[in-house]
Amino acid sequence: MSSQVEERTVEDSPPPSRGGDRAQYGVCVFLALLGTAVIVDALGIAHITSGTDPVGPRAVPLILGTLLVVLAVLYAVDVARGGRGEMEAGEDVDLSDGTDWRTVALLIAVFVANALLIERLGWVISGGLLFWGTAFALGNRHYIRNLLIAATLSLTTFYAFAIGLGVNLPAGVLQGIL
Amino acid sequence: MDNLNNLMQGFADVMAPLNLLLALVGVVIGTAVGVLPGIGPAMTVALLLPITYGMEPVQAFIMFAGIFYGGMYGGSTTSILLNTPGESSSVVTAIEGNKMAKAGRAAQALATAAIGSFVAGTIGTLLLVLITPFVVDFAVSLGSPDYFALMLLSFIAVTSVLGSSRIRGFISLLLGLTIGLVGIDTVSGQQRLTLGVPQLADGIDVVVVAVGIFAVGEALWVAAHLRRKPAEVIPVGRPWMGRQDWKRSWKPWLRGTAFGFPFGALPAGGAEIPTFLSYATEKRLTKHPEQFGKGAIEGVAGPEAANNASAAGTLVPMLAIGLPTNATAAVMLAAFQSYGIQPGPLLFEREASLVWVLIASLFIGNLLLLLLNLPLAPAWAKLLQIPRPYLYAGILFFATMGAYAVNAQPLDLFILLTLGLLGFAMRRFGLPVLPLIVGVILGPRAELQGRRSLQLSGGELSGLLGGPVSYTVYTVVAVVLLWPLIRRFVVRPLRARSAA
Repeated sequence: MSSQVEERTVEDSPPPSRGGDRAQYGVCVFLALLGTAVIVDALGIAHITSGTDPVGPRAVPLILGTLLVVLAVLYAVDVARGGRGEMEAGEDVDLSDGTDWRTVALLIAVFVANALLIERLGWVISGGLLFWGTAFALGNRHYIRNLLIAATLSLTTFYAFAIGLGVNLPAGVLQGIL
Repeated sequence: MDNLNNLMQGFADVMAPLNLLLALVGVVIGTAVGVLPGIGPAMTVALLLPITYGMEPVQAFIMFAGIFYGGMYGGSTTSILLNTPGESSSVVTAIEGNKMAKAGRAAQALATAAIGSFVAGTIGTLLLVLITPFVVDFAVSLGSPDYFALMLLSFIAVTSVLGSSRIRGFISLLLGLTIGLVGIDTVSGQQRLTLGVPQLADGIDVVVVAVGIFAVGEALWVAAHLRRKPAEVIPVGRPWMGRQDWKRSWKPWLRGTAFGFPFGALPAGGAEIPTFLSYATEKRLTKHPEQFGKGAIEGVAGPEAANNASAAGTLVPMLAIGLPTNATAAVMLAAFQSYGIQPGPLLFEREASLVWVLIASLFIGNLLLLLLNLPLAPAWAKLLQIPRPYLYAGILFFATMGAYAVNAQPLDLFILLTLGLLGFAMRRFGLPVLPLIVGVILGPRAELQGRRSLQLSGGELSGLLGGPVSYTVYTVVAVVLLWPLIRRFVVRPLRARSAA
């Protein structure tokens, strides 16, 4: 969605590697598997047609599944010919280094923890942990300050949105206290 | 004159103190979130959509109009002060705008952007009022085959006309259509792709998809490549313009509006083409060609107006036909649907008061934006310096809150994460995001219209060819699809002959 306008000089961009972007074949495999899954799922649907619906529920998934498989092949051909998609740039994005998988893994862990805990602990606690954890994962080490920010943020959003505007957020263990 | 009365009634509704306050809140949050780096207008609207869930539709849409224009304006501030447009439509603004800011003319650049946006937004909304009834009259006469053809055109347009690689566009579109397939088939009641999970029977909420792909995907992508030293922000005082600046700005504003609105209203328009056209035009017409590339005010005034006018233009097909032409309109459409309201020609009959309140709020929001942004610009500039860990932690925090609030079920958070990872992969492999969102929203409706058309013909494929409208649309589709071949075998030989 974002794009960098600064004129990038040629030496900024990583040199195009010889074999092209091999990881793209992974996308082809994913698309082919997805297409197959869509077709298999469609074949499992009862084939119901009637006067008001001569097409039935199976036609569209069958078409989409087939198209997915066809596109997977076309994409593989494109990749083999050296086609590559441009990675998305942005103001805070530095593409010169590799992908920082550690940060991504930490973020996913924090995210999953929140999804598991949100109903039991409630939004105020689990949301606060989410903010604190993501800030930590992204490299911020002001533990106490972040705890205060996280608590303020989750309490404010709970009172403003859940109580003020009627948005669905669970109170969890703090039910009756908040 | 009926519409004028409706509009006046709309204004009367918005003017109630509480509603006016909501419009103000919408504009402020919309701008504040839109200013944040990495957050474009579409993500702004998607992230803020859930806070309106507890409200009545009228109130929600008043706030939404503010968020819509606020998010748009916020993006231009970012591109001027940081040289980092939040959306491709602000790319052109950044070219001259950032140069102006670096030359110490940030105040003037922000002022011409703000006032130009106001002028373009007001004219654009006025055109919306004048034109939409005609489009509605036209749309009422359309049958299922015509709608099916129009949606097909939308699909082809977002994949083939916008973006650089067709195959990547089509992949994104198909992923979106597949996501849209999940749930109970509305016609036959059969479950499709639900994997036996009862919560999936209602399908995956479009808001969850938009927030997952835009917000979570973006946060994960940036986190994996975080620039450790944030970009430099240019300090700014209160925006103002001198006499000379006014003289050089007003014509570009009007020309930009003239470019922006029609393109926004077209099924494949968007804001990129008109902003580039406006920039090129101003560069040719300017009396100060030496300043272009070094910070010419015309290069900010024109494209910025084009951008806002095109945003108003996108509302014409969105409201009258139910076709979203850009990401922001797609999310707005999702907002309508979350209230059980289906945009399209009947909207103006069934929900007339709601539509006119929305349009009146667009006028009011636009005015509030101007009044707020001139004095508040220095404060917005400070937002750009927010430490990045807090920024992206905040995005994930609000994304989670919003996605949970849709149905109040933790499963949605896992779906959100999956979609976020999909968004991450799409950014990694350069797959465009817009076709996916359009596919999710329009896919189920296209299937419905297609099946209705075939019902009328008893299953014969000829049922898809309705009348003159669908013939025309299919011709356009064919031209767009075959364009590379046409260019090679028709246009080039012709050119070669005329050159000879």
